[in-house]
Amino acid sequence: MKPLWKRFYDWVDERVQLGGLVEFMGKKYVPIHRHSVWYYFGGVSLFLFLIQVVTGILLLLYYKAGEEYAFESIQFLMSKVQFGWLIRSIHSWTANLFILTAMVHMFSVFFEKSYRKPREITWITGMLMFFLALGFGFSGYLLPWNELAFFATKVGTDIAGVIPVVGKPIMIFLRGGPEVTGATLTRFFGFHVAVFPGIFTVLLGIHLVFVQRQGMSEPLHEPAEFEGKQKTMPFFPNFLLRDLLLWLIVLNLLAVLAVFFPWELGVKADPFASAPAGIKPEWYFLFMFQTLKYIPAKLLSMDGEVLGILLFAFAGLLWTLVPFWDRRSSRGEKSRFINYIGLFVVLYVIVLTIIGWST
Amino acid sequence: MTENGTGQYEKSRRDFLKYILGGSIIAWLAAVLYPVLAYLKPPKQGEVEVTSVKAGKVTTFAKDSGTIIRFGNKPVILVRTSGGELRAFSATCTHLDCTVQYRKDMGLIWCACHNGKYDLNGRNISGPPPRPLDVYRVVIQGEDVFISKSA
Repeated sequence: MKPLWKRFYDWVDERVQLGGLVEFMGKKYVPIHRHSVWYYFGGVSLFLFLIQVVTGILLLLYYKAGEEYAFESIQFLMSKVQFGWLIRSIHSWTANLFILTAMVHMFSVFFEKSYRKPREITWITGMLMFFLALGFGFSGYLLPWNELAFFATKVGTDIAGVIPVVGKPIMIFLRGGPEVTGATLTRFFGFHVAVFPGIFTVLLGIHLVFVQRQGMSEPLHEPAEFEGKQKTMPFFPNFLLRDLLLWLIVLNLLAVLAVFFPWELGVKADPFASAPAGIKPEWYFLFMFQTLKYIPAKLLSMDGEVLGILLFAFAGLLWTLVPFWDRRSSRGEKSRFINYIGLFVVLYVIVLTIIGWST
Repeated sequence: MTENGTGQYEKSRRDFLKYILGGSIIAWLAAVLYPVLAYLKPPKQGEVEVTSVKAGKVTTFAKDSGTIIRFGNKPVILVRTSGGELRAFSATCTHLDCTVQYRKDMGLIWCACHNGKYDLNGRNISGPPPRPLDVYRVVIQGEDVFISKSA
């Protein structure tokens, strides 16, 4: 008699023919080279996203959106619900680590030029997911309805409002009115738990299917070094097991962070209090925040703010479209120029984040 | 009719049908999208127009201090200078909408968000704010301080 799992497999196989899929997975190899370590960051980001889905659903069981309830419901969650503090702390820490690993993943792909033909769509979906991750961060930050979040949201949505022509309607749409109020909280809650996850899941699906179908990208200069004898490792099970081991380590790291550095709740938002001294956005917005501080109020008869925001928007667009203007990489040639741009962006972000952090 | 003529006749009939179909699809899309887009726009709330509020008794405001007063749904900062004079300004920073505060150590109105500074006439003197703070009128009737919109 066949074992139970085998009989179940046969039962499914007989109906939907799994053979092709299994064969495909069996033939999947991951190239081994000096830069293989970067392959792990996409997987770690995926794992952190899954943690966000699970802990997010758990938080939903107790969270109440609304000006009168939001802060109190989190207070209740953290003080009365068993392990409520842990779940919230993990959700907050994971959010930050997710943005960090997604950034590392993005920059490694950028420097390896893995976005080049034929992987343009994978890059674009990745970038869209990254922007969504920032949206997740921004919208989720408001949900506890504390003082810092209240002012962060006022500033963030006001920044959208300074964009010429379309800015004001966007700001009103985001805030659910001219001011940041309970209406804003309701909208952000909807974006955070329904709109963004829905879009994200579709993008993630496309991203992963493409990665599976096209296989891992190899650095431009590697094949020559091995004279056509590319070293590889089977994806199933070798690479997957390594992935899983790393995921386990990350989960442990998260537990340590969540336990020893629990996330603060702060003070409840009061629309009639001054912004507290030392207020700062989350670290991943710091470099933009710091840049805005340096731009003078008026520049070339434009509001400095408008100029700064348009510049960042333009830079983000160029970055997202890099597969289409970096022709050299698509032809398989080295392009140093791209490295310089990437290096400049990395240094700029790091330096301004540090300045923003320390002042 | 020649064959060519028939072809043209059919072509124009086909074009006509294409336009009808295309036009219907556009009209249908508009009929679906318009209510959705209109729904996204929050309705204007019928707010009671506040023109004047009572801030409190003169004695409650110490010299060299600032207090946030609720003016309808907007914050107003009431500053009492070290000379004892009362002045009121919109507390909403003209830069990016944060709420300002009085800084004793600087003798200025200061915004914590991006280090914007205003003097005690509400003028933007340092940092990113592009405009001065709106000035409100302060009226003292007996013991009580009233703040009203400047005409």
